[in-house]
Amino acid sequence: MIRVENLVKTYGKIVACNNVSCRFEEKKVTVILGGSGSGKSTLLRQITGLEKPDSGSVFFDGMDLTRATKKTLYEKRKKMGMLFQGSALFNYLDIYENIAFPLREHTRIADNVIKNIVTMKLEMVGLRGTEHLMPSQLSGGMMKRVGLARAIVMDPKVIFYDEPTSGLDPISTGVIGKLIKDLNTKLGITSVVVSHDITSSFKIADKIIILYYGDIIAQGTVAEIQNSTDERVVQFITGSPEGPIAFTRSDTSYIDALLTDNEKAT
Amino acid sequence: MNLDIAAAIGRATLAWMQVIGRSGVFLFLAVFQAFRRPYRISRLIKEIEFIGSKSFLIVFVTALFTGMVLGLQGYHTLTQFGAQALLGSAVALSIIRELGPVLCALMVTGRAGSAIAAQIGIMKITDQFPALEMMAIEPVKYVISPKILAGIISLPLLTAFFDIVGIFGGYLVGVQLLGVNQGAYFSKMISAVTFADIYGGMIKSLCFGLLISWISCFMGFSAQATTEGVSRATTQTVVVTSLSILVVDYILTSLLL
Repeated sequence: MIRVENLVKTYGKIVACNNVSCRFEEKKVTVILGGSGSGKSTLLRQITGLEKPDSGSVFFDGMDLTRATKKTLYEKRKKMGMLFQGSALFNYLDIYENIAFPLREHTRIADNVIKNIVTMKLEMVGLRGTEHLMPSQLSGGMMKRVGLARAIVMDPKVIFYDEPTSGLDPISTGVIGKLIKDLNTKLGITSVVVSHDITSSFKIADKIIILYYGDIIAQGTVAEIQNSTDERVVQFITGSPEGPIAFTRSDTSYIDALLTDNEKAT
Repeated sequence: MNLDIAAAIGRATLAWMQVIGRSGVFLFLAVFQAFRRPYRISRLIKEIEFIGSKSFLIVFVTALFTGMVLGLQGYHTLTQFGAQALLGSAVALSIIRELGPVLCALMVTGRAGSAIAAQIGIMKITDQFPALEMMAIEPVKYVISPKILAGIISLPLLTAFFDIVGIFGGYLVGVQLLGVNQGAYFSKMISAVTFADIYGGMIKSLCFGLLISWISCFMGFSAQATTEGVSRATTQTVVVTSLSILVVDYILTSLLL
């Protein structure tokens, strides 16, 4: 369904994607795991065409999105849904209009049908009755669920989730995880999830890809990842402070930094 | 040392040129997208409501008091020469040629320009532009183009409204309060104001409308994606737009006279 080949992306000195190649199978849930700054969100933005890679290709439905014109890219986007980290709801529209928005823009569906579709999508995320609230009146978890309802309103073939559970309480996390799994099993939607939440990722994933500073250090099923002997993978999934993955990011000497006067450490 | 200064000036100039270039491309894209199908009439009407119709009260109050002050000042100056009959033409000409377009534009900058910059900046920090892109909707066409067109359409209308209210304010003070002859007030006005005056004022307000929506949209769109970035963009919008209005006003006046 989606194939990434030799993707390279750098921001100045920082390498966000270091020759990344991977596949996202149809009708499967693939989770991209990694710590903060490991390049997982950047990878997602390149897969969806929101950012252009320095080199490499992203094949979606057999077409290279990095070389597609804006028109074909937009045509393909109609088959994609995306749940943003901050939900990205339109703050000037109420919940109903937020969810109805893609339908109003891309279809000529009559108002009473739109109303039924919105009601169905809201029921799926358990938020029927919030139609006339504004996004600012909802909690973070509810906003994510509305964002999810908006992402599926056009019945996409693929949904991309950018950190769907970060900053949520345990129950909301569980609810979102179940929704992702349900959408995948009941509607056969291919799912690509970017996350650093190990527990919920292991619950929903068919395949896991672990990124570490722009490199894929492991990929496979949940069982394969859990049985991995790679020290970096073990450290990441156990969340251990000791291991090959350093906590500090500074490459200058700590002692030098303490002994240098009158200058901000760089 | 001297070279350092020269280098700094060079860098600053380059940075400025870059900003001007980027904002030019930005405006071109917005206008280009505005004339591509599908036309977004309902978005345009919403934006005209926001920039134009919601500015009515503030423009009304500004115009009324500007006209009243002009009536007062004009009367006291003109009576020294025994020429108080000319009050109508003095008030009308200063409002139609200068004060109407400029003050109206400055008020709209403060009310709508800052709000536009903040709104676009907030859309940016909350990922609403990539969200639009993911829904296969061109963000510039959907968000920016209607605002730019609405600015160009709203400002001349608001300025015409300003002119009428301002002249009425001068009438209130000059004729009703200070006792200038009503017939003289209006007949001198009619004979003094030419079509070129009104036309010039409208050209100015068109340009100011474009300036306001262009600068405020660009500032919001290119704001850094942080809360400080948005607040800086909002402040800069008001400062930059107000100053450009005054500068462009001088240039236009010298061209139109």
